[in-house]
Amino acid sequence: MPLTNEIIRTKVIEKFGDQIVDWSEPYGMLTFSSEKDLNLKVLQFLYDQPELQFRFMTDLCAVHYPDNTGKEIAVVYHLHNLVENVRIRYKIFTNVEKPDVFSASALFEAANWMERETYDFYGVNFIGHPNLKRILNVDEMDYFPLRKEYPLEDPQRTDKDDEMFGRE
Amino acid sequence: MARPVQYNITKKPLETPISYAASPDGFLGEGFFATKLSDVVGLARKNSIWPLPFATSCCGIEFMALMASHYDLARFGSERVSFSPRQCDLLMVIGTIAKKMGPVLKQVYLQMAEPRWVLAMGACASSGGIFDTYSVLQGVDQVIPVDVYVPGCPPRPEAILDGFMRVQDLVANESLRRRNSDRYKDLMSSYGIQ
Repeated sequence: MPLTNEIIRTKVIEKFGDQIVDWSEPYGMLTFSSEKDLNLKVLQFLYDQPELQFRFMTDLCAVHYPDNTGKEIAVVYHLHNLVENVRIRYKIFTNVEKPDVFSASALFEAANWMERETYDFYGVNFIGHPNLKRILNVDEMDYFPLRKEYPLEDPQRTDKDDEMFGRE
Repeated sequence: MARPVQYNITKKPLETPISYAASPDGFLGEGFFATKLSDVVGLARKNSIWPLPFATSCCGIEFMALMASHYDLARFGSERVSFSPRQCDLLMVIGTIAKKMGPVLKQVYLQMAEPRWVLAMGACASSGGIFDTYSVLQGVDQVIPVDVYVPGCPPRPEAILDGFMRVQDLVANESLRRRNSDRYKDLMSSYGIQ
């Protein structure tokens, strides 16, 4: 019997009950979220369960919502079941002052570099990561560029003027 | 329908079966030819520039088109592109250089032996191009001194050839004492290069 979103939902609720909130299906992809401390338990359950078998991590990224005070940074895991070809999305939210999240790199090898990238751009501190340092930006950079308070443009540039570039 | 071609539409017949390099001004006599040393050295150097294509992104494809048979760069003497900085004359910086790549590029430039020239190809190498962001070096001349800039995104192979011919002009007219002059030394020290 092919794996549908209903089956995944029943199985997850059976195990975790109300700890999983915000069920939605944007464009048919099942999405849910929970408290950030449960992330490894949920990921391990989705990995081990013989009917679910979400053993491939497609993506690990973060989103910065500056307006949700207390839950500004969302860490999003995209998981894929290679046998049944089903994808789900799992989100956890964390505080921007102390963004500590347990690292999934023990469970998925792919999470290693993806967590380094998330740290590099958003500042999320992954606890238990073997080598958490900047991966794509310059090592000496002291801010986290993809947070909403920082502009895209190069701050050191001196030759942009109002006439040529409009909004500057 | 495709846009009509603007270049290479009139077929030009071959002027001479072989092309000769123009000889420099000098005094010709029975069995000898007297000219300035810098002219002869310049002539030899300009027709045998070995480039190092430091290709990082999309402009690299246009460089590949340049080296291919249609827009041949080998006609200009660059038959052998070296990928080792120790053996090249011209560093062609092709493509976007990120801030993380800047020290690497500087290291490659430092490993080149004098006389060396730099050609910044494409908008990204000349000034950061459309990538005005925190991570892209806004112009490769922030880390190394550049001789010729070729704008374009990407520049057509003919445009790169034009830039290459300007480099050839620079090479041909360079004074033999230029690399030891104070002005050159000041330029190098402004980049932090001894």
